[in-house]
Amino acid sequence: MAAVPEPIGADVGRGGAQGYAADWARAVRRLGFVPLSAAETERLLLVHTVRLAQAVRAEPFTARPAEEVGRALVEAHLTEPRALEWALRALGADFPHRVLAAAGRPADLSERIAAVQGGLAAGYARALRDRTFAQQERIARSAWQARDEVEQALRDSEARFRAVFTGAAIGIGIAGVDGQIIDVNQAFADMLGYSIEELCQANVAELFHADDAAGMWDLYQEMVEGKQDSARLEKRYYRKDGSVVWTDLAVSLIRHDDGRPRFTVAMIEDITERYELQQRLRFQALHDPLTGLPNRTLFFETLGRVFDSAAPERRVGVCFLDLDGFKAINDSLGHDLGDRLLVVIGRRLAECVAEHGHLVARMGGDEFVILVDGGQDAVAVAQTALAAVAAPVHVGDQQLAVSASVGVVECPAEETTASELMKAADATLYWAKAAGRGRYAVYDPERSARDLARAALVAGLPAALERGEFVLHYQPIVSLLEGRMLAVEALVRWQHPELGLIGPDRFIGLAEETGLIVGLGEWVLRTACRDAERWWREFPDARLVVSVNLAARQADDPAIVDTVADVLATTGLPAELLQLELTESAVMGSAGEPLRSLHRLAALGIRLAVDDFGTGYSNLAYLRRLPIHCLKLAGPFVEGIRADGTDVAADHRDERIVDALVRLAHALELWVTAEAVETGVQAERLRALRCDTGQGRYFGAPAPAEVITARLRGGAAG
Amino acid sequence: MPDGLPTEIDLTRPSAARVYDYFLGGAHNFEIDRQLAEQIASMTPNLAATMRSGREFLRRAVRALLDAGIDQFLDIGSGIPTVGNVHEVAQAANPKARVVYVDIDPVAVAHSRELLAGNDLTGVVHADLREPERILTETHQLNLIDFSRPMGILLAGVVHFVPDAARPEEILSTLRAAAAPGSFLVISHSTFEDQPQEMLDAQRLSARTDTEITLRSRAQITGFFGDWTVLEPGVVHMPLWRPDSPSDVDEHPERFGAFGGVARYDQSAG
Repeated sequence: MAAVPEPIGADVGRGGAQGYAADWARAVRRLGFVPLSAAETERLLLVHTVRLAQAVRAEPFTARPAEEVGRALVEAHLTEPRALEWALRALGADFPHRVLAAAGRPADLSERIAAVQGGLAAGYARALRDRTFAQQERIARSAWQARDEVEQALRDSEARFRAVFTGAAIGIGIAGVDGQIIDVNQAFADMLGYSIEELCQANVAELFHADDAAGMWDLYQEMVEGKQDSARLEKRYYRKDGSVVWTDLAVSLIRHDDGRPRFTVAMIEDITERYELQQRLRFQALHDPLTGLPNRTLFFETLGRVFDSAAPERRVGVCFLDLDGFKAINDSLGHDLGDRLLVVIGRRLAECVAEHGHLVARMGGDEFVILVDGGQDAVAVAQTALAAVAAPVHVGDQQLAVSASVGVVECPAEETTASELMKAADATLYWAKAAGRGRYAVYDPERSARDLARAALVAGLPAALERGEFVLHYQPIVSLLEGRMLAVEALVRWQHPELGLIGPDRFIGLAEETGLIVGLGEWVLRTACRDAERWWREFPDARLVVSVNLAARQADDPAIVDTVADVLATTGLPAELLQLELTESAVMGSAGEPLRSLHRLAALGIRLAVDDFGTGYSNLAYLRRLPIHCLKLAGPFVEGIRADGTDVAADHRDERIVDALVRLAHALELWVTAEAVETGVQAERLRALRCDTGQGRYFGAPAPAEVITARLRGGAAG
Repeated sequence: MPDGLPTEIDLTRPSAARVYDYFLGGAHNFEIDRQLAEQIASMTPNLAATMRSGREFLRRAVRALLDAGIDQFLDIGSGIPTVGNVHEVAQAANPKARVVYVDIDPVAVAHSRELLAGNDLTGVVHADLREPERILTETHQLNLIDFSRPMGILLAGVVHFVPDAARPEEILSTLRAAAAPGSFLVISHSTFEDQPQEMLDAQRLSARTDTEITLRSRAQITGFFGDWTVLEPGVVHMPLWRPDSPSDVDEHPERFGAFGGVARYDQSAG
C-alpha cells in the first residue's frame, strides 16, 4: 500500500477540495471495499483532487497527471467500477465550481475537463488491465506451483513407496476389490514361486484353498465389502511347484476418498521355518519321546475334545493298561531293556488298535491308555490289547513274556466327565491287578461305591478313635451246667456320626489293614478292664470275667505284655478276671511258631482263649504245650446241632464233631465255650455233650455295660 | 504429505480463499470461483459487504493490537493476502512487525509465498487449523515469532470452517496455551443470531467449496476466548467493534452476520 502523501498546492481552493475529497471518499467506501480507514481514504483522495485541479490549470495543459491519478486509484485498490463512474461524473459536474476557484478557471475549461476525464479513465483502465493480468498470472502460477508441489510430494511419496515395495524382504501384493492382483513385489513372487507377471494375471481367489482356516475367505469378503479395515492371520500358500509356504499375512483395506473400498494390500512374511519349528515343538510337547506315542497331555486334550463335542448319548470308553511286574523287569534287566520293552509294547498297542481309529497314549512309566472311539466295544479292545502284549517280546538276547492288566470303562458321555472317567479307569485297573493280573476288569459302579465307602471309613477311623466314637457292648458267657453268667465278651461298635452304629465286621478288618487296630485294641482292652473292675468291686462274688479279643497284629506286637500289665495295674482288675481271645492264626504268629509272648501273658495270671476254634490250622502238639485255658467253638459247628429236623444225618455229624472237640479240649484240660447258641434245644444238647459254657442270642445279645450291671444286680436272673 | 491436507489440486472446484479475493475486488481467482461468488452474491446481496466488513474489522483489530505494542502476528486462515492484508497494515505502523500467515489452501499458500518473497519479516505455513500443534511447530521453525513475548493470534473468518465434531474449543485452547501473557486473540465468526433465512441458505452453498461453514451463537464464540479478558466492546457485530468513526457504522450492523471480538491474556487469568 502506498503511503498517503500530504496534499500540496496553495493555489487550490483548500476548503473546496477538501469537501470534494470527503464526498469522493464516502462514495468509494460506500460502493466498494477500501482497505483504508475513512480518514486515510479521504486524505488520499484529497491528494488526487489537488493533482487533478493543478492539471486542469496547468500551462501548457496535458492530461497526463489525470492518467497517473487513474493508475493510482487502481493501485490503492479503489477498483469498484461504480466508484470510477462516480469519479468521472463528478469531474464533469461538481469539480469545476467546487474545487477550481473562479479566478483560476481556464478559458477552454470544458475541453480540459473532458481531456482529464479521458486521461483518468485511460490510466485507470490501463492500470486495471495490468493489475488483472498480473494477478491472473500470479494466481495461475500459484495454482500450478501448488500443483507441482503436491505432485512432487506425490512423486516423492511414490518413490519412497516404490523403494519400500521393491526392496522389502516381506512380500507385498496389491489387489482390487474384484480380487484382481494389480501389483506384487519380487519378494511376494519369490515366496510363492511365481513370476511377478504371472501373479499379476491372477486373482486373489486363486490363492485361497479349501483347507484354509475356517472363516478366512469370509474375512476377506468382509474386507472388500468395507466391513473390516485390516486382518492379521497365519495363512498357508501353495507355491507353483506344489510345496507349501506358511506366512504371517497382514491385509489392509485402502478406501476411496468417499470411503468405498478400493484396494487390498497384503503383506506376507515367510514363517515356514518358524511354523515347522512350532509344529515340531508342539509335537514334542504332546508326544512321549521314548515310544513316539501321544503323551498324557495330548490324551487329555483329545479326551476333553471328545467330551466337548460328543452327543450326550455317545459312548466313550477307555482301556487303562499297566504292565504286570514291570518294576521287577526294570530292576533285574536294567532300564535300557525296560525301555526297549516299552517301545515294543507301545508299537504293538498302536498297531493293534490304530486301524479302528483309537488313540493310544503313554501316560508315563508302564502305563498306557487307549481311547476307544465311540460305539466300539471297549472290552474287545482290551482283549486285543492283552493278546498283543502277551506275545513273547525279544529285546536284546532276552525273550520276555509279559502280561498286562487293563481297567475298562465305558459309558455315555453325558454321564461322566473326563476326570471321572480316568479315575474310574484307574480304580478298575487296580481291581484287575488285585484279581490276579494278566486280565481286564470292567468298571462296576456299585463296587466302586463300596470301595469309596470303605475308603471313607478307613479315612474316618483315626479321628473316630480320638473323638471317642467307639463304644463297647458285652455279650454274656453262661455256664451250661448251672446257668450262671461267668464272663462277658467285649465287642466294639462304632457310633458313626452319619452312618449310625456300625458293627465290627465293617471296620475291624480295615483297622487291621491300616494298623489302627493296635490303638483301637488297647482302647478296647482298657475300657473293658475298667468296666470289669467296676463289676468286680460291686459284685465281687460274681467273679465276672471279661473276655477281650486280641487281633493278630496286636498279639504280634512285642509291647503287648507291657500293655496288658499296665492296663491291669491302672484299672486294678485282678488278672484272673481278664481273658484274651486269639484266633488260631494269631496264636501261631507270623513267624510260623507260637507267639513267645503267650507264656509271658499267661504269667501275668490272665486267661487265654482260642477263638473260632476249628476254623483255622491248629497244631495240636503246640496246643498241648501252650498256656491256653479255653477253646471257643466256632459258630458253624454249633449251628449244625439245631436239631430242627431238616437234615438229621448232617446234624448227627456236627454233633459228633462237637462231641469230639469237647473231649479233645477236656483231654487237654481246657474249658470249652460254644458260640452262637441260638436256642434252648441247642443249649440242652451242648450241655449233654459236656460243653462248659455257651454264648449267643439264647443267653443274651451284646448289650451296653449297664445292661450287664443290671443283670448282675438281678443275681439269680443270670 | 502432511495428514489432513489435500493430496491433489483440483482447479475445477472453487476455493474459499479465491472467492473471498473476488469479493474484495481482486483478480486472484478463476472462472469457477467467480461463478460461485456471483451465485452467492445473488442470493445474499449482503455477503460481499459482509466480507468487506470482516476485512475492515481485521484492519481495525490489527491497528488496536499495534497500538497496544504488539509487533508479531500469527494470522491463521489468511487466504490470499492481497487486499488489506495484515503485514501491510502492521508494517505501515511498525516496519519491524512480523507476520506468519497460515492457510490450508495450497494455492493460497503458494501465492502468499510468491507475494511475500523478499519480505524477511513474513512467513507462510501450509497447515490446517484442525492441527494446531502442527501450526505451532511449523511457526516455531520459521523463527519469526518469539513465543516468549506477547503476540497477536488472528482467526478472522476461519473458526466457522471447523465443525463441532473437530472440537474447536480444544483447538483454541491449544493455541492460547502457546501464547505468552500479554498476547491478544482476534476472532471473527459467522453467526445465526439475528439472521434472515437467506443467510442460512448461503451457508449451505458454502458446502460447494471444500469448506462448509458452521454458524455459532455469541456465547459459543465468546467461549473461544477461554479465560482471556475480552476487551471492550465485547463480542459484537463486526461494524460495532471500535469503528473509525460513528458514521462508519451501518444502520443494520447485524446484517453482516458475523461477530468479532478481541481478548487479552492477562497474567492473572492464569
